[in-house]
Amino acid sequence: MRHEQHPLNADRASIMTAAKTDEPLVRCENIWKTRGQNLVLKGVNLQARKGEVVCLLGPSGAGKSTLLRCINAIELADRGLVHVDGVPIGCALRNGSHVRLSESQLSRQRADIGMVFQNFNLFPHMSVLSNIIDAPMRIRRETRAVATNRAYELLRKVGLLDKAGAYPRHLSGGQQQRIAIARALAMQPKLMLFDEPTSALDPHLTDEVLDVIKELAATGMTMIIVTHEIQFARDVADTAAVMSDGAIIEIGPARDVLSRPTDPRTRTFLARSLPDHQQQAV
Amino acid sequence: MNAHPAMDTTGTSRDMSKAPEIIHPPRLGRWIGVILVGTVMAWIVYQALTNPGFQWDVVGRYLLDVGVLKGVAMTLQLTAIVMIVGLLIGIVVAVMRMSGDPLLIFCAHAFVWFFRGTPVLVQLVFWYNLAALFPAIEIGIPFGGPKFFEIPATVAISSFTAALLGLGLNEGAYMAEIIRAGLMSVDNGQSEASKALGHKPWHTFWVVVLPQAMKAIVPPTGNQVIGMLKYTSIASVVALYELMHSVELIYSRNFEIVPLLIVAALWYLFLVSILSVIQYFIEKHYSKGWQGQDDRGA
Ligand SMILES: Nc1ncnc2c1ncn2[C@@H]1O[C@H](COP(=O)(O)OP(=O)(O)O)[C@@H](O)[C@H]1O
Ligand SMILES: [Mg+2]
Repeated sequence: MRHEQHPLNADRASIMTAAKTDEPLVRCENIWKTRGQNLVLKGVNLQARKGEVVCLLGPSGAGKSTLLRCINAIELADRGLVHVDGVPIGCALRNGSHVRLSESQLSRQRADIGMVFQNFNLFPHMSVLSNIIDAPMRIRRETRAVATNRAYELLRKVGLLDKAGAYPRHLSGGQQQRIAIARALAMQPKLMLFDEPTSALDPHLTDEVLDVIKELAATGMTMIIVTHEIQFARDVADTAAVMSDGAIIEIGPARDVLSRPTDPRTRTFLARSLPDHQQQAV
Repeated sequence: MNAHPAMDTTGTSRDMSKAPEIIHPPRLGRWIGVILVGTVMAWIVYQALTNPGFQWDVVGRYLLDVGVLKGVAMTLQLTAIVMIVGLLIGIVVAVMRMSGDPLLIFCAHAFVWFFRGTPVLVQLVFWYNLAALFPAIEIGIPFGGPKFFEIPATVAISSFTAALLGLGLNEGAYMAEIIRAGLMSVDNGQSEASKALGHKPWHTFWVVVLPQAMKAIVPPTGNQVIGMLKYTSIASVVALYELMHSVELIYSRNFEIVPLLIVAALWYLFLVSILSVIQYFIEKHYSKGWQGQDDRGA
């Protein structure tokens, strides 16, 4: 019998206690990226220690998604290095220069990093169970029995045990996003990236997804979360970083950044994002 | 206030008989249509039964003739192989076209441009007469380098090879466009999610993107197969013994042209009907996950 102290991801919980260490798991150093004519990232630095939850905020178009996608090598930066667990992502050092990895080497690196998308991106032609067990079986070479067992465990934890046989199209947005989180966790990632996980949801469905993420934070999972939910960021984040126009304009302990922002752009952004009564409650 | 006895306080009527029923007006146009279609069909049946020119006894005699059956077998075989070749070429060319690599995109464009732009009849005859252009087929270094392997083209290019090359390359060009449209219909987020899970590129293509593209690829491909089944009759110009050529050979001897053309037509109709049924089941298979009403929440 497993312990119930960590509702999600109990396997890892025994290895990684909720205590945060000083060792950075993610280190983005001086990341530059252009897309077409636009300079999208302008020398971004960001770190996340093991077990740390970093919330990334900022107006749309600031470059948050691009930064997240550079961390798991869906996109590659033009300049600057991302390290995850001490390993450079997307390139290898050869003869003193950083050379881009091949697509199949990249996929090996991506397998250790979970990502949750704004639009869920479940595979519509596969049942919920197949969505979850496909990658562990194919990439981790797990047997169907092992993968299925973990899938049911995860489905129970996201509260959708009865949906294993359903197809994504017949689920609500909130349910789909919880399945997407279970699918990412099934690969037992070291790091989870969330790109606006509740932005495509009706307001009454956001809480069921945010609750799952909060529980995950309690297990000591390292997470970088792009979100517009300020109250959620306050609850869950250790560190908050605010991006604007391709740069991080403010970063620090979440309480400080979200309650007493120093940069005027942060203040404007927070004022727009928060309903009045929440601002007074700070 | 409950002014109406049939209405309760929540605003819901309980008495269905009080609600006026909506009646459809009589469809005069449809009746005229039925009479017209019925007349035309009666005339066709009457002609088929009474016009001696159809010579149904001759049709019956040749319908299961060994020569005709051999032609049917060749038609089926050629259709199947041409479609498989076309499908494989189509996938490769479509992937090249979408690869983002300028050289591959150029090659894909050039292929589609050439093989879609020249008549199949010309290509068939060209391949069949390849020996005139290249007396020998050789593998080696071009521009006068050493040769590793050589056979005379007249031996290498049979009627079947010529038909396969002519029809297959042309079909590949059309299939490339059909497959490309299918691949583009799949949301970008799908391959992104697959990549993010750590899947290799070929897995992302075969297991995630292509099965979803199939929903858009299967109906026009079914159309292509049915078209190809009949289009193989063009291979009779290079003397390939398929269905059309087999009846041609018979009526050139006995001059029973109309009944033998009917034999061919009946066979084509029969085969196309079977293909249509197969297409229905394949379409059903690839719409998995899309069935049922679209009633999801947010
Ligand atoms: N395909 C693209 N081509 C060119 N520019 C793009 C493309 N996608 C996004 N951008 C630009 O990149 C910038 C950052 O985008 P993104 O990282 O998605 O921002 P965020 O996630 O913070 O809203 C935006 O200014 C956007 O206009
Ligand atoms: Mg974004």
